[in-house]
Amino acid sequence: MTTPRVTTAPAPWWRHIFRRPLAAVSAAPAPRGPAPTIRLENLTLGYDRHPAIHHLNLTIPAGELLAIVGPNGAGKSTLLKALAGELQPLGGAVHLPGRPASVAYLPQQSEIDTDFPITVFDLVALGLWREVGAFGAIGSIEADRVRAALARVGLAGFERRTIGSLSGGQFQRARFARLSLQDAPVLLLDEPFSAIDSRTTQDLLRLVVDWHCDGRTVVAVLHDLEQVRRHFPACLLVAREPIAFGATDAVLTRENLRAARHRSEAFDDHAPVCHRDPAEARS
Amino acid sequence: MSLDLFAIAAQPFVDFGFMRRALAGCLALSLGATPIGVFLLLRRMSLMGDAMSHAILPGAALGYLAFGLSLGAMTIGGILAGLLVALLAGLVARSSVLKEDASLAAFYLLSLATGVMLVSLKGRNLDLLHVLFGSVLALDDGSLFLIAGIASLTLGVMAVVLRPLVVECFDRGYLRGVSRWSPVVHYGFLVLVVLNLVSGFHALGTLMAVGIMILPAAAARLWVRRLGPHLGLASALAFASGYCGLLISFHADVPAGPAIILVAGLFYFAALILAPGGLLPRRLFGHSHLES
Repeated sequence: MTTPRVTTAPAPWWRHIFRRPLAAVSAAPAPRGPAPTIRLENLTLGYDRHPAIHHLNLTIPAGELLAIVGPNGAGKSTLLKALAGELQPLGGAVHLPGRPASVAYLPQQSEIDTDFPITVFDLVALGLWREVGAFGAIGSIEADRVRAALARVGLAGFERRTIGSLSGGQFQRARFARLSLQDAPVLLLDEPFSAIDSRTTQDLLRLVVDWHCDGRTVVAVLHDLEQVRRHFPACLLVAREPIAFGATDAVLTRENLRAARHRSEAFDDHAPVCHRDPAEARS
Repeated sequence: MSLDLFAIAAQPFVDFGFMRRALAGCLALSLGATPIGVFLLLRRMSLMGDAMSHAILPGAALGYLAFGLSLGAMTIGGILAGLLVALLAGLVARSSVLKEDASLAAFYLLSLATGVMLVSLKGRNLDLLHVLFGSVLALDDGSLFLIAGIASLTLGVMAVVLRPLVVECFDRGYLRGVSRWSPVVHYGFLVLVVLNLVSGFHALGTLMAVGIMILPAAAARLWVRRLGPHLGLASALAFASGYCGLLISFHADVPAGPAIILVAGLFYFAALILAPGGLLPRRLFGHSHLES
């Protein structure tokens, strides 16, 4: 695996008077703070008082690389939204210390207006929001970090393109670049590789594995079971409630997958919240 | 020959104070209202701006009923009515099955009817015309200061919140994830829209105020790809519309407000045909989405 290196032109002498040396920039940054352990406690999630997924009791250890799989409508995206703090639980709790600063969340593609006249550089630079805030300037150090992030996802030279001119795969690369600049200890990816060609998927998967090696916690909703088996050591199979959780090979068995399919089909969308004793739920 | 050009293009402004005031008013509008129009356009809220402009009418009319053609009363009434309708429409959209555009349309139609009814209760038809179509040629000191003040405030606020505003426009979910700016920017922007509509209302009337916001913004969008040039070009087009519109109104003796908006419309059609994002170049040179 080769990571593209950024070659930056030597900075003029006067820049060093005001700025840190550029060499400090290109090194891959370590995550801000250690990754926290994520704990779900009898968690029920849903919309308009109707649960979409319920009775989740599990602990995701720090630094885990976890795939969430399950049939369509199983509540995977809902769960991720709750982890990101965008959805208030109907019951139970998510314990994720340091939120929202500790979390970088990649929702499904549809939310960004790609007609907006903004460049790839500006889009990716938004990943630095927690450092530069709403008013801080993007100085040359920050600009170099943005270029380095773009180079890491294979988009070097795309800085001045508008986001509307990117293909689907290139756009997803740009979103990954922004995600990596957010530099969060916990990364939540919602179907990051859907509708993306295999080459792009391979490149972005490498980035995900790198994040894992940095000690970050990565939780990704995925559909490709082969991909999960090959790259993700841990897996959570859900179908409106957890079916199995643990080492991927032990989770993705034929029986578990069949059970997930049945459970999902039998679920009543309009059922009210059902209460189950946490102790009972854990057994 | 050059003297003729001067006589046509500059002499009216040299000779008449009301023309100079009108030009100053147009400059202020193009610096304040037009950038707001650009963001309305980019947020796909152009029609919402139109709706809001009608929503101002009953408030201004109530001010008029109580105090006659008073600048302060009509301004405050207009701002309050505009904000009220924006809030109500948002509230209805969040708590019923109606989407925001439907509830906004309902409110603004009612507002417009109420406003016209209120004005005609007391006023003469001339007053109604003044409210609906403005009086850019009769701007007094107070109106001019109000328009310039709102433009300055708009530019200042936009300069400060530009980054959150841009992110709110194209990736609201991300802004919500990384900061608490989203609601502040959303409602702050709505307040700016209402303020600028009231400002445009004094010069161009409720029916034309949106024109100076949206038409130059749409024309400029066809020419440029970046936000900065878009804002600059839109303002320039708006001011050019104001300038040409005033001259046409002066020489041809037609109402100034519609003349200004029609010139802006000409710029729009020119852009629609000639600009890179328009009809002709796209036909001739094919789809250009791979060029940078």
